[in-house]
Amino acid sequence: MKYAFYPGCVSQGGAPELYPAAKLICQRLGIELEEIRAWTCCGAGVMQEKNQLFGDTLNARTMAKAEQLGMTIMTICSTCQGVMGQANQRMQNPEYLAEINSHLAEEGLEYKGTAEIKHLLWILIEDYGLENLTPHITRSLGNLRIAPFYGCYIVRPTEALGIEEHPERQTSLETLIETLGAILIDFAGKTRCCGFPILTINEKNSMAMVGKHTSEVKDLGADAMVTPCPLCHLNLDGFQPKAAKQAQRAIDMPILHLPQLIGLAMGISPAELGLKKHIVSTAPLELKLGAGSR
Amino acid sequence: MDVTVKVKRYDPDAARPQVEWQEYPISIDENATVLDALIMIREEVDGTLSLRCSCRSAICGSCAMRINGHAGLACKTKASDSMDANGTIVVEPAGVMPTVKDLVVNFDLFWKKIEEVEPYLKPEVPEPEAEYIASNESMLHLSGVTACIMCGACVSDCTVLEVDPTFLGPAALAKAYRFTADPRDGDANGVSRDRLAKLGMPSGMWDCTRCNECVQACPKGVAPMDRIMALREQAMEVGFGNTNGARHAEAFTESVGHSGRLDELRLPVQSVGITNIPALLGFMPVGWRALTHGKLPPLVHKNVEDVDTIRRLFRKLNNS
Ligand code: SF4
Ligand code: SF4
Ligand code: FES
Repeated sequence: MKYAFYPGCVSQGGAPELYPAAKLICQRLGIELEEIRAWTCCGAGVMQEKNQLFGDTLNARTMAKAEQLGMTIMTICSTCQGVMGQANQRMQNPEYLAEINSHLAEEGLEYKGTAEIKHLLWILIEDYGLENLTPHITRSLGNLRIAPFYGCYIVRPTEALGIEEHPERQTSLETLIETLGAILIDFAGKTRCCGFPILTINEKNSMAMVGKHTSEVKDLGADAMVTPCPLCHLNLDGFQPKAAKQAQRAIDMPILHLPQLIGLAMGISPAELGLKKHIVSTAPLELKLGAGSR
Repeated sequence: MDVTVKVKRYDPDAARPQVEWQEYPISIDENATVLDALIMIREEVDGTLSLRCSCRSAICGSCAMRINGHAGLACKTKASDSMDANGTIVVEPAGVMPTVKDLVVNFDLFWKKIEEVEPYLKPEVPEPEAEYIASNESMLHLSGVTACIMCGACVSDCTVLEVDPTFLGPAALAKAYRFTADPRDGDANGVSRDRLAKLGMPSGMWDCTRCNECVQACPKGVAPMDRIMALREQAMEVGFGNTNGARHAEAFTESVGHSGRLDELRLPVQSVGITNIPALLGFMPVGWRALTHGKLPPLVHKNVEDVDTIRRLFRKLNNS
């Protein structure tokens, strides 16, 4: 089981704890990763606003390299997943693909349009199999109440995400939380926007979104929220203190990256998973987990 | 086919008005729509249930509501596709707009936004004596947006409107694009500078989070968010680059074009503008906390291998 690994900028930039955590759990699970050489930013939808052709050409370059490796691309970010999926969808148009390939030719690359792009979340359920994950679960999360938070790009628009062939993707995060043995705290905001894209444009609205989601799950008694999107993590965790101030209430909701929650269930220590790097303290969560002493 | 329709009800005239969930177990045809089910309930089970509908064929735009948490037309949604494992369909009024009664919402906010974008042609050059000649191509392009039936599904599910009622919102911004993209609007070249300037103000095009909710909700393929992105492109093209949003998109693209990856430290500086000291200071506490947690992005931004290729691509495609 081997994948062409596409880490995405944020897992090595604003959320540097994600990259090692993802690699660590994959290694323990026996999922081999070959990082795509000289991969570039997916554009996060922002670059596509300014220049879609440039953004798509960079993504085609990454996908062409995965094609050469003959492997499915593994992403660890909802935004990368959605943006690359949408680019790939546009490139199913032969004329557009030819135009893009004319730009890739200089580098001796050609994208044939066959790349498959899958988030770790989907890989675990569809390729790895939950029945194969279960034996790796060595620590009980039984008393943890965990709320899901998907990130827009892994739920919408559905055509770019293969939802028709894979309807189970729409509940994949809930499925995983339950498989890991935690108590699922379902809430309506799980598929909404975290507000990150407008952080520097309309901070007040961005903070209102962070405050809304985190306090909603707080009031439902959640111990933590888990997300497959490091951009959501940046906003929900990094800017939660600011959001709490704006909302004029205490929130203190720990936000976990998906691989961190999986790692905790696999018995890996919170420190090794980078929980200390979070802005909102995960100490109460670790205490509840009985992991504080490890 | 047996189904249970679970309806969120609200009656302002009740002695103590409050939201209540009511379940209606009914038997309907396999091919029935959610609207068919609701009409059956109103006619045969409970005459007090209020809802809006008219055409029953996705044309009039009256029956938008939330079905299983997401907005859509009840008359375009098959009941059999909407049932969960227990045969239940959850129906609520549209979001963002205030509920009048049960599934009926007040559309004032929706119409106010549409009015705000001045939804009529505003040529800045003398009108031709006979008719305007517009190319078939340009009109075909507009047919996508003119398909809007003003149902409000996009507004219902907009993440920004949910927290900020001053936002113009998806329907009105898509409507605005219908005019900025019309060759008969604006100056002799069909450029609608005034409109684009206004739409670029706070609460306008740059406030959208690109969450895609409106694209997913729209029953007519209007794809409001894609129109908002097109508006942004138009605005940047005519030189309205002096907004946080435009600077953000430019800085992002430049960072990637320069090094292949995103330089997260430079981004806020460039998008709020280096001279905007108060806004930059606003990012400080978070930056400081991030620093003490060892979380800040690397100070020295590394380039990807093959960076020369990326730079060449950027130079070539940035002008296209
Ligand atoms: S994409 Fe923009 S306009 Fe559409 S629902 Fe999201 S925030 Fe609203
Ligand atoms: S854009 Fe689509 S969802 Fe919004 S009002 Fe028009 S038809 Fe309805
Ligand atoms: S009843 Fe007219 S659109 Fe549904």
